[in-house]
Amino acid sequence: MPSAFKKALNSGKFVVTCEVAPAKGTNLENMKHHVELLKDKVDAMNVTDHQSSVMRYPSLGGALTVKELGGEPILQMTCRDRNRLALQADLLFASSRGINNVLCLTGDSVMLGDHKEAKPVFDLESSQLLKTIRRLESGKDLAGNDLDGGVKFCAGAIVTPEAKPIEPQLIKFEKKIEAGAEFIQTQAVYDLENFKKFMEYASQFPVKILAGIILLTSAAMARFMNKNVAGVFVPQNLIDEMASAPKGGALNKGIEIAGRMIRQIKEEKICDGVHIMAIGKEEKVVDIMQAAGL
Amino acid sequence: MIRSITQQKPIEEIEQLLEGTGRVFIIGCGTCVTLTQTGGMAQVEAMKNLLSEKGKVVTGMTVVPVACDNLTADILKEFQGPLKQADAILIMTCAFGVQTIARQLQRFVVPALNTMCIGKETGAGEFNEVCKQCGTCIIGETGGICPVTACHKGLVNGPCGGTNEGKCEIDSNKDCAWTMIYNRLKDLDRIDAMRKYQKPRNHLGEPSPGKFRIPA
Repeated sequence: MPSAFKKALNSGKFVVTCEVAPAKGTNLENMKHHVELLKDKVDAMNVTDHQSSVMRYPSLGGALTVKELGGEPILQMTCRDRNRLALQADLLFASSRGINNVLCLTGDSVMLGDHKEAKPVFDLESSQLLKTIRRLESGKDLAGNDLDGGVKFCAGAIVTPEAKPIEPQLIKFEKKIEAGAEFIQTQAVYDLENFKKFMEYASQFPVKILAGIILLTSAAMARFMNKNVAGVFVPQNLIDEMASAPKGGALNKGIEIAGRMIRQIKEEKICDGVHIMAIGKEEKVVDIMQAAGL
Repeated sequence: MIRSITQQKPIEEIEQLLEGTGRVFIIGCGTCVTLTQTGGMAQVEAMKNLLSEKGKVVTGMTVVPVACDNLTADILKEFQGPLKQADAILIMTCAFGVQTIARQLQRFVVPALNTMCIGKETGAGEFNEVCKQCGTCIIGETGGICPVTACHKGLVNGPCGGTNEGKCEIDSNKDCAWTMIYNRLKDLDRIDAMRKYQKPRNHLGEPSPGKFRIPA
């Protein structure tokens, strides 16, 4: 049976996903609060996997929590910390517990996180992890051995539409689709004219595309991302708009901008939906959706 | 020519490794570490002065031509006296040199350098790693550039999302391997090689520790 998220993707409706982040520790109250707040508003929620390579409660445990609370989880899996044995085992476990959506990521460098001296794994990468899922679905593991009890996943990946240079990124994007990606959540996009150009190219492929929306919280954050986050480009007019917000009003301005962008993406049918990342401000997803008229 | 690329250990670590020793003999090497300015005559002399300031007695020092060579033991015979007087031999060569000398002399050795990689001088004073010696070479499909070595994550199917303006997410001084491979394949009109899915790597190329015998 297809997952609820897969059904939403195939329904033709405008799909909305968001993110919840497991805790640094075992206190899951904050994450549970976000799940309760959002589970009936979005089609699915990504559970991040040691995001930015910072050690946390595992995405698998977080996805189980989402499931237990009645939400629809998308399990984020990076290849940074587990070799092919561990990744396959975690996929079997996820499937056995009704976690049927997976976002396949290569993962940030260990060096960018809080355990910089750890051994980076990267035994597989994103396209190989996608193929691994399809292989497990065929009833065999990567070594060619038969599985006792099968799996079925809705698998996805990411793309960075503003990557420079773009050509190698697009080759990888196509490889991910060939490897079995059914949906793509993009890195944050802010320049919708650029994004439309990307979609002119991307819409030829049999894959659902959810545009990444990162909530801007200040002009400084926008400038910081432009300088430090690969493949994120906030145009000057949006930075100026954020800077024009009255004192204490920057967050509301960010919500307004995110809502406006989502509304335009939906009205102009630019892509199949959005993936809202309100990093550290997950409760604001509700306000963003409201501002978007969703 | 490939080179062993080294960097001096922090002096605190060297001091700690030398703890409890009073007399030290210092050995440098005339090959890779001279090129990288980590174990040539100038660095050996500087180390001698530093250790003297810190109260050690330096019984002698030398820069052998090629520390990892079997002849090193013969060359060091000339220094038998001062070597014998030393409690420790501080070796300012790469790990190959340190291991060679430790085996030949059967003495307590202290490495003064960390061996970073096997690299090549690609510009004046600049060295880049060239090969991870994985035992399963794939550069026939990547335009002769090794992604296992040149990509921080060793990815074989194209760039990750951290690539930025042709540079790596961990260091804007390091080139993105997959941007280089893309550009090379484009020049060669062989971009299709990059579109080919590469299976997960075979890590059984040469199980560590590597060993090789010429087949009889």
